[in-house]
Amino acid sequence: MPSIGWLRLPLWFTYLFLYLPIAVLVVMSFNASKIPFVWTGFSTRWYGELAQNELVREGLINTLIVAIGATIVATILGTLLAIGIARYVRSAIVEAYSLAPAIIPDLVLAIGLLAFFSLIGVSLSLFSVLLSHVVFGMAFVAAVVIARLGQTDPSLEEASRDLGASAASTFVRITLPTLAPGIIAGALLVFTLSIDEFVIAFFTDGPSTPTLPIVIYSMVRFGVTPEINALATILLLVSFTIVISAQRITRLTDAV
Amino acid sequence: MTNLLTIAHVSKAYGSVVALDDVSIDIAANEFFALLGPSGCGKTTLLRAIAGFEDPDAGTITMTDNTPTANPPTTIDLLALPPNKRPVNLMFQSYALFPHMNVRTNIAYGLEREGLPAAEITQRVDEVLEIVALTDKATARPQQLSGGQKQRVALARAIVKRPKLLLLDEPLSALDRKVRAEMQIELKRLQHEVGITFVVVTHDQEEAMSMADRIAVMHEGRVQQVADPITLYSKPANVFVADFIGSGTLICGTVTASGFDALGTRLPAPTTTTTGSAVLLLRPENVTLTTDPHHAPLRGTVVETHFYGGSSTTSIAVPGLDAPVIASHAGAPTVHAGAEVGITWDPTGAVVIPG
Repeated sequence: MPSIGWLRLPLWFTYLFLYLPIAVLVVMSFNASKIPFVWTGFSTRWYGELAQNELVREGLINTLIVAIGATIVATILGTLLAIGIARYVRSAIVEAYSLAPAIIPDLVLAIGLLAFFSLIGVSLSLFSVLLSHVVFGMAFVAAVVIARLGQTDPSLEEASRDLGASAASTFVRITLPTLAPGIIAGALLVFTLSIDEFVIAFFTDGPSTPTLPIVIYSMVRFGVTPEINALATILLLVSFTIVISAQRITRLTDAV
Repeated sequence: MTNLLTIAHVSKAYGSVVALDDVSIDIAANEFFALLGPSGCGKTTLLRAIAGFEDPDAGTITMTDNTPTANPPTTIDLLALPPNKRPVNLMFQSYALFPHMNVRTNIAYGLEREGLPAAEITQRVDEVLEIVALTDKATARPQQLSGGQKQRVALARAIVKRPKLLLLDEPLSALDRKVRAEMQIELKRLQHEVGITFVVVTHDQEEAMSMADRIAVMHEGRVQQVADPITLYSKPANVFVADFIGSGTLICGTVTASGFDALGTRLPAPTTTTTGSAVLLLRPENVTLTTDPHHAPLRGTVVETHFYGGSSTTSIAVPGLDAPVIASHAGAPTVHAGAEVGITWDPTGAVVIPG
């Protein structure tokens, strides 16, 4: 058989195109030089400076407040939404509408939310960012949990009732545990999306409480510093870890 | 025989589809009862109505408690109770074993919901594990078990509750042929051992015939006949039952005061009181072939023969009949395809069904 190894070239070029910028960023975060494009030697100096940066620390805390809050609320609402849709709604249109916030452009959602908040008189703060992240977050959770519900045997809950469990007990002991992998995967997804979400946060955040992506944006306006490379590397690590663990959790339970 | 379950005039419709149409059945205590019919006949709907997962539009389902502790006997209106309060357990077709629990916790689940002391739960779970021969699998997860083992766990989970009535929805349909034959015997043995009334839903008439004490044949939401297997086979109440149970030949004709006329001739048939159009049922084992076609009530051409080792069947095409007449007898086939044969039968073994 003739070698078709050269056909792999496009694949490697694609990977290069995808990951070279990220690799450059990670490497440069360990650059000793202050000029971000000239390599002068290995150093963890920028990680140290990052830890001293008051703005970044505040941004990180704000982001974590939003991400954790939005994850908790979106996971609860998204799970209930999924169960409600799967059980009681036989309309593809209603289901599609419930998942739309995950698909419509961030900018549209951001402008819509901003208009909505000013209409009902909610002042912009971390709370309004949190609410905004719940909007798209619960759509993502619902999508994952609906997929999980499609794989579970509907007679499990009936079996639980048949064996003497009340409706509430069945929900806690049977429904939630069987949906748990989907719920956890959905929650991790929301958390990852929330910590680096910029557009919606930019529109719906108050001026005194910037989230981390907004802090980074204001830093970058004066040029990319190695400090930002270090910060981006840390964010990358966090996102990768969460996404990979979410995938593993879903895959582990798919095998079941 | 004391009555355990009384189903009276139960009807259920989904929109314009009638699932149950005025169904009335009495089931006796300690009986092995089968609901038999083709898919869509309403048998599963009826089972789910007894368990509490379907609400009938009309009718009542009541259970009589005749145990010595219940003196005088008390009657429970099942339809007034939610599924978790009914003294009835259902074994699901999919088995519905909880995937996040092992065999022991699956079986203990129902007893824990009753709030029994831990020691009693352990003891009762151990007992049923022994009955279904799964003691060594107690810590296994459902997904590590074979089909037959899953089925036994599902059974154990239901009988450990000691229900008065156990409902089984197509209990053997997910098993392969060999395991199914074993489990038929196993179910029958278990039913004797635990002394629980079994109601089995099945579409497999051989399964129902071999296991059940009595069978209700259902079709299009109606009960066609309730009888023991032998009666169903030898005295079917209508053409549907005659056709659904066993094999045989149906000949449409007319009952007159002097006999049964069909295919332009007088056929041997048992005498009946009613006259009018009717169907004559010939079971294969009642049909005899003769080599003298001219003195037989029917004659035809042999289409094919099948030899099963101990017995053989012969299909004979008879002019005027849509389906060939089937004859079976012990031993090897005595005729060859293409032969002209006469067909006779014992009139007392044939059945005339008005209709």
